[in-house]
Amino acid sequence: MRRILSGNEALARGAWEAGVQVAAAYPGTPSTELLEELARLPGVYAEWSTNEKVALDVAVGAALAGRRALAAMKHVGVNVAMDALMYASYTGLEAGLVLVSADDPAMHSSQNEQDNRRLAAFARIPCLEPSSSQECKDFMRLAFELSERFDTPVMVRTTTRINHSSSIVSLGERVELPPRRDKFPRRPEKYVMVPANARHRHPVVEERTKQIAAWADSEESPTVMEWRDESVGIITSGVAYQYAREVFPSASILKLGLTYPVPAQGIKAFASRVKRLVVLEELDPVIEEQVKLLGIPCDGKSIFPLCGELDPTVVRERGAEAGLPVDRQPLPPPQLEKPQLPARPPVLCPGCPHRSVFALLAKKKVPVSGDIGCYTLGYLPPLSALHFCGCMGASIGVAHGAAKAGISERMVAVLGDSTFFHTGLPALANVAYNRSNVLTIILDNRTTGMTGHQPNPGTGLTLQGEPAPALDFEAIARAFGIQKVATVEAYDTEALEEAFKALMATNEPAVLVARHACALLPEERKTWVPLEVVEEKCTGCGVCFRIGCPALLKSDELDPKTHKPLALIDPDLCTGCEVCAQLCPHEAILTREQVALETR
Amino acid sequence: MSGQKAFNFVLVGVGGQGTILASHILAEVGMEAGFDVKKAEVHGMSQRGGSVISHVRWNAQQVFSPLVGLQEADLLIAFEKLEALRFAEYLRAGGTALVNDMELLPITVTVGGVPYPEDGALEQAMAALNARLLRIPGEALAKQAGNVKAANVVLLGAVSKLLPLPEEVWWACLERRIPAKFLELNRKAFQLGRQAVSPAG
Repeated sequence: MRRILSGNEALARGAWEAGVQVAAAYPGTPSTELLEELARLPGVYAEWSTNEKVALDVAVGAALAGRRALAAMKHVGVNVAMDALMYASYTGLEAGLVLVSADDPAMHSSQNEQDNRRLAAFARIPCLEPSSSQECKDFMRLAFELSERFDTPVMVRTTTRINHSSSIVSLGERVELPPRRDKFPRRPEKYVMVPANARHRHPVVEERTKQIAAWADSEESPTVMEWRDESVGIITSGVAYQYAREVFPSASILKLGLTYPVPAQGIKAFASRVKRLVVLEELDPVIEEQVKLLGIPCDGKSIFPLCGELDPTVVRERGAEAGLPVDRQPLPPPQLEKPQLPARPPVLCPGCPHRSVFALLAKKKVPVSGDIGCYTLGYLPPLSALHFCGCMGASIGVAHGAAKAGISERMVAVLGDSTFFHTGLPALANVAYNRSNVLTIILDNRTTGMTGHQPNPGTGLTLQGEPAPALDFEAIARAFGIQKVATVEAYDTEALEEAFKALMATNEPAVLVARHACALLPEERKTWVPLEVVEEKCTGCGVCFRIGCPALLKSDELDPKTHKPLALIDPDLCTGCEVCAQLCPHEAILTREQVALETR
Repeated sequence: MSGQKAFNFVLVGVGGQGTILASHILAEVGMEAGFDVKKAEVHGMSQRGGSVISHVRWNAQQVFSPLVGLQEADLLIAFEKLEALRFAEYLRAGGTALVNDMELLPITVTVGGVPYPEDGALEQAMAALNARLLRIPGEALAKQAGNVKAANVVLLGAVSKLLPLPEEVWWACLERRIPAKFLELNRKAFQLGRQAVSPAG
């Protein structure tokens, strides 16, 4: 059967066909849909772990128990999981273990651009790079086989353009693998990485890499040599292979499915036959450096960009400049008379329960250490309420550091519910233990909003829909020894401000939970009531515009005195959260109750 | 499209308008009609009320790049006027822009006070590109069909009229994706979209 699958769907399907039994991940663009898809397939235990290191540890545990296991994450997630990856490379496993690393060239939704093929090499584990959805599926099977054959975790490295593009895939059957053991292995010399044992493992790992390099040159390896005109030969991998085929149809191509370690003999043979050798790869010169280490001169990053994502246009332009045989000359940019186009930045959604907190923090002008999630958008104007955002869970630690450094301002750390469980927990324990006066605000919207509503330990549901205990933020904070703790309804601006003031009046660690479920959740959608502006009362003062709600528009009507545009509410967008109504100094926005009375 | 090996679509709009679903249906129609197909989109931050773009490619032989290059789109399908202008450079000379004639004001306009482009700007850009501009009152036609949310199916109906594939191929793919109770409404929306344009001359 043939179906159109995204790379993520195909990776899930491939893992499933390969008989995977345990899968763990933390949601992160562009990797999220992989686990969502796998969770729906029969015979698989799939979970959202609290962070990527936990996810990889979980997968290692399952692989030690003799079940094929998978961990999936975005590129920066592998940084979190790095500790686990480094030991797992040494210990090896009892059944296949695959780590999917979804890199994000161009940073469509990430804080940095990093090439995780480097991390595979760093951990001395093989790295497979699929270039289409079909290969996503096929390489998954191969990855599990490689893992078992060489007793190593295997990285399947994708990029946003692979994860989120779709193409036709032929489906296969699932291999049902009987569990290989029913007891946990008792091989401490292999699995207990105390120095005495680990010292014996390092040479094993280095020898393994040599064996995998030899396999890379075997018939079984996913190396493809395409012979066309021999005046130019291109070595490439991943989605860059597709651009090579598109833009240089006459060139010979060496496509590497395995980019660490590379097939040395294959590269030498290819290089010896072509007149000019070029490496086309996205981000870092990973292949290029390995080719040059073999003593083979080639061009790579001297032609193609190091930063950002490749596309056919940039490959054609740079290729033509370097005298490579392009399919057609690049077109000059069209001469378009365009007015200055207004940007359309992402914004907090209408009815977003985080809006009231950022409006308050902006008003109070306090220094805010933010975090990764929807609420990072609190940085954007008109709210402009964030002063730092580094990586998942960094909000609290950075605020603590600033506080301990002795700045005169009281630091506020803001993070979401899922992020709190991800890496906020140990950072909050640190605040409690080392006694800084950081106020931590947990924006609890009862879900993992940014990545598309995944459940987390606070929501009372697992990935596969099983009921779970909903962890209690206040109880956690109190258990850490933090006494100043409060929970408020996030839409209630007055209660929010009171609780904030009360906690800020203390000089000790404090936690404020601002809670309301994400307005986009199905149950919340049922409660939407669009509000209305009373024209006679509105003066165009603009206070409501400061909260940056997309449902609040400027009317064509002007206030006769101030000549400023009146407010207008878009009924198709407004959810009726009433945050604007509470902030309006003229009571010109009807509440839900007033709207109901009016329409009765 | 006859005699042509490839057909490139670029779909643009605002996060939440249903461009991803429309691009998926376009890809399925391509596969149903016997083409190799690829599509690409970005999920994540851009979904939250930001600009979004999806690429769909059909080819009688093989599609390589999932991305359409600049000046390579045969058809630009815009769910919103400003976004049509923003991504106009994707159109090839002689291509067509099918534009849902509606304005969704970005926050930079409503709050920042930046002006939304004048209406003639789109005509000017299309003339400079030597491209055809087709405006469709998507929301109005969807309302006429029974629900304003069916605007994306109105647009697909219009697209179907511009391509030489039998209507049944389109409808087969739509039927698979639309819940039974909304089928009638969407069939109407699709037909209204078809009637709203004349085929490429």
